[in-house]
Amino acid sequence: MSCTNKRHILEIDELSISFLQYENEKSSRQIELPVISKLSVSVHEGEIVAVVGSSGSGKSLLAHAILNLLPYNAHVSGEMYFDGELLTPKMREELRGNKIAFVPQSTTYLDPLMPVGTLVGGRKKDKERRKKQRELFKRYGLDETVDGKYPFECSGGMTRRVLLTSAMMGNPELIIADEPTPGMDLALARQSMEDFRAFADEGKGVLLITHDIELALEVADRIAVFYAGTTVEEAPVSDFAREETLRHPYTKALWRALPQNGFQALPGVQPYVKSLPEGCPFGPRCADFSQVCQGEIPMQRVGCGTVRCARISGEPLAVHEHHHGSPGGVK
Amino acid sequence: MKQHLAFAGKSFLRMLLLMAAVSIVTFALVSASPIDPLQANVGQAALGSMSEAQKEKLRSYWGVDTPPAERYINWAKDAVRGDFGTSLLYRQPVTTVIAVKLSNSLFLMGLAWVISGLLGFLLGVIAGVCKGRLADKLIKGYSLLIASTPAFWIALLLLIVFGVWLKVLPIGLSVPIGVEASGVTFMDRVSHAILPAAALSITGVSNIALHTREKMIDIMESDYVLFARARGESTRSIIFRHGLRNVLLPAMTLQFASISEIIGGSVLVEQVFSYPGLGQAAVAAGTGSDVPLLMGITLITALITFLGNFAANLLYGVIDPRIRRGGRRA
Repeated sequence: MSCTNKRHILEIDELSISFLQYENEKSSRQIELPVISKLSVSVHEGEIVAVVGSSGSGKSLLAHAILNLLPYNAHVSGEMYFDGELLTPKMREELRGNKIAFVPQSTTYLDPLMPVGTLVGGRKKDKERRKKQRELFKRYGLDETVDGKYPFECSGGMTRRVLLTSAMMGNPELIIADEPTPGMDLALARQSMEDFRAFADEGKGVLLITHDIELALEVADRIAVFYAGTTVEEAPVSDFAREETLRHPYTKALWRALPQNGFQALPGVQPYVKSLPEGCPFGPRCADFSQVCQGEIPMQRVGCGTVRCARISGEPLAVHEHHHGSPGGVK
Repeated sequence: MKQHLAFAGKSFLRMLLLMAAVSIVTFALVSASPIDPLQANVGQAALGSMSEAQKEKLRSYWGVDTPPAERYINWAKDAVRGDFGTSLLYRQPVTTVIAVKLSNSLFLMGLAWVISGLLGFLLGVIAGVCKGRLADKLIKGYSLLIASTPAFWIALLLLIVFGVWLKVLPIGLSVPIGVEASGVTFMDRVSHAILPAAALSITGVSNIALHTREKMIDIMESDYVLFARARGESTRSIIFRHGLRNVLLPAMTLQFASISEIIGGSVLVEQVFSYPGLGQAAVAAGTGSDVPLLMGITLITALITFLGNFAANLLYGVIDPRIRRGGRRA
């Protein structure tokens, strides 16, 4: 899916998530509410891949779906591969906390009644784990007094670091970080990004879910742009240097909205999942909208990235590109 | 330390205010009740045979014609000094009557309180964890059914089944009939308390189970449980490490708040089983216009309820680190 022959750590192929909900308060009729449709993204070894999208667009659900943490009324389709292996829901449950670690987005993810040292390192008699927890805390500048603190006693920055260390406990291959930096000061945000970088450089992968495109541009290797429940473009970060190398009209609009590139906001808002337009979800806001945008639009490859736009012609994606990576591939 | 003293002082003040308010309301209600104290205490027949002068004498002896406010102040003056007067029905000091009745009831209510608390908690946790599954449906169904059933009706059912049909348990009273007080064994007391305690527990369970279930569902859907799953914790570990820890606080609040409900329920249940406890004495005092006793009982039950809530407040400080440590820092 890109110009690399590195081993795929995670590959998500046409993931769709919908929720079964009651139509409204009065109705007993249930409707399917599609929140993510045909989303594709992949993480190779040594890579930080950022999924960038505006707040409230359902990005967090992507992380929850990978770990099989969605509520019971969610319906998931599509395929996921980890290390080239097709994942079943059962396997995804076994991977969590083990090969795949999750860094959640807010402090509410810590048990309010458990000291953070216990939360991360388990019970006191579990010597091995406690030792590792202490080492990790030390590495992130959390001294021994923090071990016995409850979440309400930790500052925002401390909490983030606690969440980060909990991810490192199980020797993961992949970290999925859901908005890991808001609330951190710049220095701390930089530091945690450097930690992700260092982690990725060990031949592992990071999937960074964020609304902060500037942050993504700074640390990520590749960026997947998320719009109205799907990825409209996946591109190496170098493509974001100029507008011309970008593919999708929405990505271009995002680029123009950056302060250094003109600071021009695109009028309109992202459509709500209940009122998605036919065909291209970006259609109503797109200057180049035409008849061809109203049908089903496949993901195509253009250069080293992929795009979902009917007005761009690229190569179709090979169906099972996943298995081209051999274990221990060239780095 | 200073903080603790301030808390204790404030609580004590609150308690005094509560006692004053409860006594005034009770007194006002009794004064407004249509029961004629003369007729209630002397009896219809005896009253009919009395001359007008005799009635007048009794009236002034009991102070029937004294204005209510004055009567209340007279009562309050003595009550503050610890003298709650003499029960008209039992012809004994109110404090003595309450002591006897309370010791009978405490056993019963304590048993019901513990059983309904533990069982309700357990059922609530199970239902909350298994939300939507068979176990949940059964527990929820049971709780809703029982919650909409009056306690006295359950008591009657139990009495019919176990006391009348199966004849395995006594149909009433707190001790066997025709046995000397010295000959009553502990087991006698227990067997007489089983049915009333069961009636109280069965109804008490539903409330606690439903509330605990709701809390447990919230917890199981919380972010921190999601994160625990993401870290690879098993459902079992999640329930024991995070679920119970977090559901304990609301459950404790409920448990102590349910004291008042147990007392309220005991009034009806004791009536059904002719169990000579506080509840039955309250009914007798109310219908018999025994104002001193009624005042005494109302105050003591209000006090027990207050102390229950106070104990819950104290326990928060022990259990909840946010209060324990947060308070210290502030």
